[in-house]
Amino acid sequence: MKETVIKVENVGMEFNLSQEKVDNLKEYVIKFIKRELRFQPFWALKNVSFEVKKGDRLGIVGLNGAGKSTLLKLIAGVMKPTEGNITVKGKISPLLSLGAGFDPDYTGRENIFLNGAMLGYSKKFLESKFKGIVEFSELEEFIDVPLKNYSNGMRARLGFSIATSVQPEILILDEVLSVGDIKFQEKSYKKMESLIGGNVTLLFVSHSVDQVKKFCDKAIWLHKGQIMTHGSAEDVCDIYTEWTRKK
Amino acid sequence: MNSEIFNHRFFVNFRRYRFLLSQLVRRDIKIKYRRSVLGIFWSFLEPLLSMVVLTIIFSTLFKHTISNFPVYYLTGMLMYQFFAGGTNAAIRSIKSNSSIMKTIYVPKYMYSLSAILSNFVTFLLSMIVLFMIMLVTNAPFTIYIIFASLPILALLLLTIGLGLILATVNVFFRDIEHFYGVFLMLLMYAMPIFYPADIVPANFRFIQYYNPLYAVIQCCRSSFLYGTLYNPIHLLFAMGSGIVALLIGIAVFYRYQDRFILYV
Repeated sequence: MKETVIKVENVGMEFNLSQEKVDNLKEYVIKFIKRELRFQPFWALKNVSFEVKKGDRLGIVGLNGAGKSTLLKLIAGVMKPTEGNITVKGKISPLLSLGAGFDPDYTGRENIFLNGAMLGYSKKFLESKFKGIVEFSELEEFIDVPLKNYSNGMRARLGFSIATSVQPEILILDEVLSVGDIKFQEKSYKKMESLIGGNVTLLFVSHSVDQVKKFCDKAIWLHKGQIMTHGSAEDVCDIYTEWTRKK
Repeated sequence: MNSEIFNHRFFVNFRRYRFLLSQLVRRDIKIKYRRSVLGIFWSFLEPLLSMVVLTIIFSTLFKHTISNFPVYYLTGMLMYQFFAGGTNAAIRSIKSNSSIMKTIYVPKYMYSLSAILSNFVTFLLSMIVLFMIMLVTNAPFTIYIIFASLPILALLLLTIGLGLILATVNVFFRDIEHFYGVFLMLLMYAMPIFYPADIVPANFRFIQYYNPLYAVIQCCRSSFLYGTLYNPIHLLFAMGSGIVALLIGIAVFYRYQDRFILYV
């Protein structure tokens, strides 16, 4: 029996969609007294439960707004669920957005350390990986230039190189990332494949059913915040494709 | 038992993100002085110049009541400026990092704490100016200068505690940020920073008595200006307020931090 690394129990996530945002005290008090504090609840996820065992590759499919990204954010710990519990064992590498937290006034070199620290890497680790990160990103010439002078592609390359410099235990992916020009896209795609190919637990969200079939052995179909089917990647993807065609 | 305490989620997380804290503090300071010719030197020059200005204006006015105006002013102003700068940076810390907060998990107090600590570093640097002015004005250098570290610790705790409370409240009610600026101005003029304490009418003295920040200033003036030991009551009051503020700050912050992301 393999060890359970991610356990999601009856998770629900509620957002408040009320039109006017009450964010000043006077309004709040007045509305409170007049009992006008209306909340418009919206459940992005409701009663979601599943388990992921070590080494599983779980794909999550569904339409836009089905709650896929919310689910990933909850597992990554960015948000806390309104209901239910999520337990995670092991170190998560969320590749949800590359280069979040880059500082435009900082040079590439400084940003490697800043961004790496945000991902929870230690100084020692970053120093040992620094050369590899710079080499992979192919930014040797620009590493001491402030990031605001980088092109979008360069920024993405740097973010990708930092995020993938570690061999993760649990990898969370929102679409397969391939960034930069064609040459770098190929390289980053290969890097992704090697990360996924390693001894890793994978959570993978994609619109491409083919990619889910290729990378995952299990899958979940989310629709309007609820799990429709849960099973082997092949079966779930087929049911999902069937359903989208009918629609 | 001991190792159990240190394996608590808080300590594990703190160890993991220790490097981030130092990175954030360093960034704040670096960015503040980047592309200015004098760089970090401004953290000395700014208090020095404002001291010169205030000395020119007020020293003749209070000649007979304040013996060493530059040191009197600097001890008060440096403490006040750290408090004001630290809390003001903390108040915005959650909001200004909201985009990062939505994508990466980082213990949220890191943003507030680093904002305060970077102010603390510049504060410590500007203390060098105080020592320089003490030398120039022949202020007494006594063993009691070392004792000033206790009220300064109390000030740090107070600033962190209040900073955490304000940062939390500001997420839900943005008015606080604007209101707080006015409050800080009021606080500066209400405290004897550049005027002698006894010109305040008796019925307004409560502003001095029930003010932990002023208690810190009084302690530091004893150490730096008069070369005596401060009144331990003042220190106890400051330290007590600091610890209480910190405990409330931590409690409030932890209670509401999961909801930040829904509001920022």
